[in-house]
Amino acid sequence: MERNAEARRIVPQTEEQPDRSERPLKLTPPKQKKAWFGKSLIYVGLIALTIACIIPFLMMIINATRSNEEVLSGFSLIPGNSLAENYAALSSYVNIWSGFKNSLIIAVLVTVLSGYFSAMTAFGFAFYQFKGKNVLFVFMLVMMMIPGQLGLIGFYELSKNLGLLDSFIPLIVPAIASPFTVFFVRQYLQTVMHPSLIEAARMDGASEMRIFHTIALPMMMPAIATMSIFTFIGSWNNYIMPLVLLFSPEKYTLPVLMGFLKGSQVAENLGSLYLGIAISVVPIMIAFLFLSKYIVSSISAGAVKE
Amino acid sequence: MKKLDRHGYLFIAPFWIVFLIFSIYPVALTFYYSFTNYTGAEGEQLVGLANYTRLLGDTYFIEAFFNTIKIWGLNFLLQIGGALLLALLFSDLQLKLKGLAFFRATFYLPNLITISSVALLFGILLDWQHGSLNMMLMKIGIISDPINWLTQPVTAQISVSLILTWMWLGHSFIVVMAGVSGISKDYFEAALIDGATRWQIFSRITLPLLKPILLYIMITSLIGGLQLFDLPMLITDGVGAPDGALNTMVLYLYNQAFKYNNYGYAAAVAYGLFAITLVFSIIVFKGMFRKERSPKGA
Repeated sequence: MERNAEARRIVPQTEEQPDRSERPLKLTPPKQKKAWFGKSLIYVGLIALTIACIIPFLMMIINATRSNEEVLSGFSLIPGNSLAENYAALSSYVNIWSGFKNSLIIAVLVTVLSGYFSAMTAFGFAFYQFKGKNVLFVFMLVMMMIPGQLGLIGFYELSKNLGLLDSFIPLIVPAIASPFTVFFVRQYLQTVMHPSLIEAARMDGASEMRIFHTIALPMMMPAIATMSIFTFIGSWNNYIMPLVLLFSPEKYTLPVLMGFLKGSQVAENLGSLYLGIAISVVPIMIAFLFLSKYIVSSISAGAVKE
Repeated sequence: MKKLDRHGYLFIAPFWIVFLIFSIYPVALTFYYSFTNYTGAEGEQLVGLANYTRLLGDTYFIEAFFNTIKIWGLNFLLQIGGALLLALLFSDLQLKLKGLAFFRATFYLPNLITISSVALLFGILLDWQHGSLNMMLMKIGIISDPINWLTQPVTAQISVSLILTWMWLGHSFIVVMAGVSGISKDYFEAALIDGATRWQIFSRITLPLLKPILLYIMITSLIGGLQLFDLPMLITDGVGAPDGALNTMVLYLYNQAFKYNNYGYAAAVAYGLFAITLVFSIIVFKGMFRKERSPKGA
């Protein structure tokens, strides 16, 4: 909104809008040939960038099917036939799927808790007048600016004192307090929901909790879904927290497990190592194939809301 | 109405209970530890500002600071420059490029991958002797001898910067593109009709209107970049080698705390990092606001 206002100041409104029908003619430059050449050059650049984005994954997938000797002997774009051996070698050392399962459990619970409680907090902030409301909200925004690493040592000590080391709880429960999600959902809620809707529900005798669950929560869903994508990716990729808090290999999340793979015996067989990486990457790539549209629009929405 | 409004407290209570315990208390506890010689065992003693005076003269921390800035700086220039260029190309009314959705998704893909997988993957792809990158470059004939990507200080820093760019370019592109598509096409069309060049359109229309978005990218990238940890940690097994060139501030913090059990000092490192982040954020804000007043644009 503000941006548009600014734009209007910079570009005077008066001298725009020629006849719509003749616009394409005016915009097409006479130097057709040169434009065509420049355009192809741009496409070549874009395709080169696409290759740069994909080739590490391609190398990974190909190398995952080749034996250690083949990988050592040189680069190739032809897959080998050692996939089964590589998998056998890999799974005799580590259980990648357990890391997968742990990461999934944590990320799903984090996403659900963060979504539900952020909605609840946003609702409380948006539709009730209570003492200290603004102070609390501003304080939350200030805390949002603080980098996560600041409390790392205190967080570790707290988990130790509560007996929560080597447990998923300190990785999951803090998701209940996600300031950024609260902020985003509250902004959204204020634009889509009118207080009179709540008044009407109260008249009909609905309890406050019921109003939240049956009226407000469904209306907040688009904003929660947007933030959930970030929350999920953030939790899935979180490395330093589980690294500090978890000790038992069977509890390791995928990132921590991958981190230890390098120093393990698996690293002696490069084919298996590539396969391990591929297993951690490919499911995400497949999920992305189906979800890319939503992810892209989430990122856009998150940024423009700022 | 008064009675109903008390429900507000109930709705925000779970958030605040968890927030106090798991966010505010750890930050406060870390602050307390930064004034002690705590080593993980009970019975720490208050040492006043000793940790902070040590921090100011700690060449390793100062080196880690400059490493972080160098790695982040190069990555940031490439990332924001690349994202702006891509966004301009795709928003250009004369070019009418196709395939935005495809390219946007492909460029974003690396950002989705667990960073430890990325580190592990590049660790072996960039391996001097057996890495596929050297092998491929030699096969094509671009280089004749393998390059020590990760074992020489400068190439190691550049490699990490480039990996970060690889990971984050797509994200920045999406964000900038969101900003560019928020600008009404009428401005560009009007400018074209008035005979404005591409550069004029970029510097007089696009860039000023993108300022809020650019500020957002700068601040988030800055806060994230100063906390750079995963990639150097995983590539160097936590050592920060070669020659400490990949020793970043958070890696230093991690090693001080969880390797050497210097929790008190590590807490001071955390607050030092916080102060640096704060100063840089203020500089970015000020810089952006000053530019807004000058007629030149950017």
